[in-house]
Amino acid sequence: MENRRPTPEEMLRLAEAEESSKKLGLLKVFLGYASGVGKSFRMVDEGRRRKERGEDVIVGAIQPGITPEVEAVLKTLEIAPVLTLDGVSVLDVPAILRRKPEVCLVDGLAYDNPAGARNPSRWLDVKELLGAGINVITSINIQYIAELSERVAALTGKRVKATVPQSFLFSADEIVVVDAPPDMSMVRSAEGESEVDAARRLSELREIALLFAADVVDYQLAQYLARNGLEQSSGTQERVLVCITPRANAKAMIESGRRNADRFHGELIVAYVKQHDLSAEDQASLEKNLALARQHRAEIQLLEGDEPVDAILRFARERRVTQIFVGHSLRQKWWQRFTHNHVDRLIEQAKGIDVRIFPH
Amino acid sequence: MSPLNPAREDRGKLRIYLGYAAGVGKTYQMLAEAQDAKQAGHDVVVGYFEPHGRVDTIAKTRGLEMIGRRRIEYRGTVFEEMDTAAILARRPGICAVDEFPHTNVPGSERPKRWQDVQVLLDAGIDVITTMNIQHLESLNDQVFAISGIRVRETIPDWVVQQADQVVMVDLTPRALLNRLIRGVVYAPDKAQRALDHFFKESTLVALRELALRQTAHEVEIRQLDLEDIPPATPALQSSFEARVTGRTDRILVYVTSDPSSAMVIRRAKRVADYLQADCFAVAVDQPSVPRNGDAWEATERHLNFARHLHVEARRLEGEEVASALVDFARRNGITQIFLARPKERGIHTFLRRNLAQKVVQLARDMQVTIAAEREAPHS
Repeated sequence: MENRRPTPEEMLRLAEAEESSKKLGLLKVFLGYASGVGKSFRMVDEGRRRKERGEDVIVGAIQPGITPEVEAVLKTLEIAPVLTLDGVSVLDVPAILRRKPEVCLVDGLAYDNPAGARNPSRWLDVKELLGAGINVITSINIQYIAELSERVAALTGKRVKATVPQSFLFSADEIVVVDAPPDMSMVRSAEGESEVDAARRLSELREIALLFAADVVDYQLAQYLARNGLEQSSGTQERVLVCITPRANAKAMIESGRRNADRFHGELIVAYVKQHDLSAEDQASLEKNLALARQHRAEIQLLEGDEPVDAILRFARERRVTQIFVGHSLRQKWWQRFTHNHVDRLIEQAKGIDVRIFPH
Repeated sequence: MSPLNPAREDRGKLRIYLGYAAGVGKTYQMLAEAQDAKQAGHDVVVGYFEPHGRVDTIAKTRGLEMIGRRRIEYRGTVFEEMDTAAILARRPGICAVDEFPHTNVPGSERPKRWQDVQVLLDAGIDVITTMNIQHLESLNDQVFAISGIRVRETIPDWVVQQADQVVMVDLTPRALLNRLIRGVVYAPDKAQRALDHFFKESTLVALRELALRQTAHEVEIRQLDLEDIPPATPALQSSFEARVTGRTDRILVYVTSDPSSAMVIRRAKRVADYLQADCFAVAVDQPSVPRNGDAWEATERHLNFARHLHVEARRLEGEEVASALVDFARRNGITQIFLARPKERGIHTFLRRNLAQKVVQLARDMQVTIAAEREAPHS
């Protein structure tokens, strides 16, 4: 999966945004992989329970085609009137702001508002409600997440227009995945599609949803740890750090790293510890290795430090790496490879991290 | 025949509701499904249900047929277990069984509830059950590192892989903590203890992430059941190919009498499962070294543990451990050898590090992984 996680810069921005907006309402998102998994029900049911516990809950928007179960719960809740512009339902943001409930339910986060609406899209309406201190509970299907929509469209053959940027979902206070075993009633089979392929398609979507939720959770965990100055001794997600030198058999290491990261749905990072006075030959082979790493969609890191092992371990801890790949050769000079001593020290000090040695 | 699992018609189907802590709603979901199945006209019973005094959950059993528990006396106390024989005699179409990883009291027919469930499945009964991620064997060390708790009741991964569906029961840690504080999950005294220990927010968040990723993995490996039927659309083809190609890894774990062997076996097996690689475990006895009974036994235990996880295990003889290991590896087309990490300095470390060095030198065509031991968090 590409581009599925915010970059460190984005994370920083989000963290700053969070810092500066302590008074905001809380955003809770129910995430589903197909229509029919029960997102809307989970959302209104939460609204009902909160109301029973004494919170002031209103329904800001409901999607067409609701089930009898959802309808039954809606009867117990206050429904805010919606605006109709060009025959399209739009959240009545000013009315909700005036009403100022504690909690507003917004079914279906991804809608483009028609021209003339207060905001161009519904998620911006929601952002405004949050800004006014109103808690929002909402639902979304993965196909409407901008960064995932391409991949989902390739699977479903349907392209959606209205999307929500994933950074908005990463900024949610809570995200809940609504999982359900695939049910044939969820599939509107494409023309000529076999039942097996329809089932496969649902499984692919389900996997995307679960992994997206896991990424959001991982991001929140990293933030929680950073906020509380804690260190996580064991990663919850596999992260492979491939350490290359000019002469390492980088091809085998990077390819294996890619495959491991993919199978574990983890991250691949290729790191190189900066050395001065490299020969032209070594410099060229290093460039080649880094190009290879880029080709394999690895994140590339240049580490600095007098002691390569310390630099690697410091970085590995920071990024909660679970596997370090190093080359090992009996032949070359130390700045071209990791020596016995380096590998030994790495093994000795890489507490909680697997070290995989690639002889060459 | 479901298109999702074309090959297992005679056996009962297993569905697991997977959570990451008590109180996320697994039992509720299990019972909701039992109710739906009954509504749809299936013959449904509840084989075992643990109410924990939770009102909403208890209400969900209304109208369902409950099979009485079996009473077993052990050391003067009476324990209640699932009555597998009674369920078999009743022969329902679907049976709901709470707490899949439960260990039966000594004197029960089978030591583990998951083994009871195997019997039900073999009899053609579909089973719906519940478990938390921390009970999965291959995650035992990671869970220990996250929570500081060594979970004793574990389920081998292959048992979970047999399930037709693994469904994630998700709830955010914040909502779970609120439920705990409101006394929904436990009585107040137990709730406070839980909040102080297992229910720390960082622990819950990490376990939840593990559960989400494991469920995604379970969804993915079930796609492999369909690999005889190539997909028709290009988007499905590319992920299909990524899964099926490059399956060339073969993994070997070196097992000794040292307790770290269990951890290395778990880790190697987990990596093997994700890479869809074969996994072997091997111990090497040196004929010239006098046999130490305790050490020999311990090694045997570790090899049996590997077998329990469906890892093929062997005991070899060889004067030189490294060359015996590498010879075996070469004969069996091994691509990656797992060794335990040396723990401290000292003669023992020297020997083991020496082993790693020798293996690396001999196995120039293989990768050598020194598996990390995972320690409890400092708090």
